[in-house]
Amino acid sequence: MEAINKHKGKVFPLNRTNIDTDQIIPKQFLKRIERTGFGQFLFYNWRFDNDGGLRDDFELNHPRFEGSSVLLAGENFGCGSSREHAPWSLLDYGFKVIIAPSFADIFYNNALKNGMLLIKMDEKQISEWMNQAEDGTFILKVNLEKQEITDDEGTVVTFDIPAYHKEKLLNGWDDIALTLQLKDRIEEYENSKLA
Amino acid sequence: MGKPKTIIEKIWEKHVVHQEEGKPDLLYIDQHLVHEVTSPQAFEGLRLSGRKVRRPDLTYATMDHNVPTKNRDNVKDEIARKQMETLRENCKEFGIKLADIFHPDQGIVHVIGPQLGLTQPGKTIVCGDSHTSTHGAFGALAFGIGTSEVEHVLATQTIWQERPKTLNVKVEGDLGPGVTAKDLILAIIAKFGVRFGTGYVMEYTGDAVHQLSMEGRMTICNMSIEAGARAGLISPDETTVEYLRGREYVPKGEAFEKAAKEWLALATDEGAEYDETVVINAAEVEPQVSWGTNPSMCVPIGGTTPSLDEVEHKEDVRRALEYMGLEEKQPITSIDIDHVFIGSCTNSRLSDLQKAAAIVDGKRVKYGVKAIVVPGSFSVKLEAEKLGIDKVFTDAGFEWRDSGCSMCLGMNDDIVPPGGRCASTSNRNFEGRQGNGARTHLVSPEMAAAAAIEGRFVDVRKFTAGVLN
Ligand code: SF4
Repeated sequence: MEAINKHKGKVFPLNRTNIDTDQIIPKQFLKRIERTGFGQFLFYNWRFDNDGGLRDDFELNHPRFEGSSVLLAGENFGCGSSREHAPWSLLDYGFKVIIAPSFADIFYNNALKNGMLLIKMDEKQISEWMNQAEDGTFILKVNLEKQEITDDEGTVVTFDIPAYHKEKLLNGWDDIALTLQLKDRIEEYENSKLA
Repeated sequence: MGKPKTIIEKIWEKHVVHQEEGKPDLLYIDQHLVHEVTSPQAFEGLRLSGRKVRRPDLTYATMDHNVPTKNRDNVKDEIARKQMETLRENCKEFGIKLADIFHPDQGIVHVIGPQLGLTQPGKTIVCGDSHTSTHGAFGALAFGIGTSEVEHVLATQTIWQERPKTLNVKVEGDLGPGVTAKDLILAIIAKFGVRFGTGYVMEYTGDAVHQLSMEGRMTICNMSIEAGARAGLISPDETTVEYLRGREYVPKGEAFEKAAKEWLALATDEGAEYDETVVINAAEVEPQVSWGTNPSMCVPIGGTTPSLDEVEHKEDVRRALEYMGLEEKQPITSIDIDHVFIGSCTNSRLSDLQKAAAIVDGKRVKYGVKAIVVPGSFSVKLEAEKLGIDKVFTDAGFEWRDSGCSMCLGMNDDIVPPGGRCASTSNRNFEGRQGNGARTHLVSPEMAAAAAIEGRFVDVRKFTAGVLN
């Protein structure tokens, strides 16, 4: 996984709560056996109409949000299925940072494993940013090391993140390699069960 | 005697392989279940890094999500076929047992685990599927994981997990006649919302829970994820032990009696404390119907859709009603349906089918309604056929299919068309879940059966008593 520390990007406000994984990527696109190429299917039913044309009632389709890489959303983002295709599609589309009041557990883990930065922030702050981001020119700068987000005017907001997650993201560690350093412990555990 | 403990703490402590200040615990996994959709990238990852599956003997695979439920010998969907073939090859290469599409043990992964006795009290069980919570019905700690975690478990047989907080979902009183486990869990989610379980493992307690059959308990635990909890469980009791006796993968003879004793000892101790408790009175629960686009948007059959003036998140409710093609304050019994789906890992076991069959017996599906029954596993299908249940359904005008996830998520051909309205025994009513533009109403098998006959939602209690208005 790629390490992430600083990110600066255009903000896309998605003012909905309980955005579930079926909305993030519908099931008909889960049949691929690769990890890549899922961005084209992101928010498919919101972005495209039944004939595959772009819908103009979904803001992400608007040119002013082109190149967005920071997503603002309502609470419980990513609820539903365990499909890792959800973070794969968000990342592949270009979103590197998601800021929401809360995230569903499995989605949070899946995103983390792919080097995507999820930030929990209070609803009031998010709704302020949502308003500012409406016109498609709002940029946020995220510094993970310092746990700070800076807006266009230089206002700084801090955020919390578990130290362990932060360390992993900053270093881009491969989880399996880390765990395999504990191979002896695993063996010991297995042997104790056999005894 | 030490401090009284919950079953959650007991299972956790028995599985910690490694612990370090400020980090999650490394937990050992006793049973890993695998299916075709969330595993290909994990196996590919193993191959790329030259790793093996650490414990193929603790890993079991099946195909369920995109298998067709009819004409199985001719899978038309190329990409689905590729995914199934990939699983076949991966299982062969890495030495994993697979219940393939024509294998007698094939079925929805959360139906076959318990049926084979792979699911046992005290085990840690994971699967690349959020409804792995189902297995908690046996007093196992079971939760869904993503594909990177699948790869991690394949390679190490362990997983990093933060110690969860514990939540007691206490069900007081008894369920009324005609009210099912499905109604209970829907009512719980309607009352406390789709987030109240986030960060917790829930234990369902109370007489009403322990009076339920194992199949009813699975229905409840299955939907824990819909309340935000990764895992939900029920302490094992005699019902649990009796269900498991004689199943293929449980110990036999004396070893079984010994295991049974250990299982019963796992139950939460008297006086154990939880981080949080919520209480619901079972006697107040009525048959439920969901009206919206998440499982908490749910009311009793006698109720109506909400009024926008009375709700907190107006925009969400307005969007949900619009998607569902419903008005505010619309009576649930005024909603006509055109599809009925009886199936999914929530409600596709033998007793679910028996109860639905009892409702449709001797009646006809309403003209214009397409109704299908999809047994949860091949073996459920065979047992049902032995009892003649398939005949009851087909005589009434239902289609009787082969096992799989089917219309629960519509990854195969079983989809509800845009604007179609389905009474479904599954667990998610998200936008587009059963097909692009499809409208899903979550109900119990009995309520789905009654809706099939009437072509609209009816109170199954009045239906069986013959006093419909
Ligand atoms: S039946 Fe539905 S919810 Fe259950 S495993 Fe299959 S797709 Fe998932």
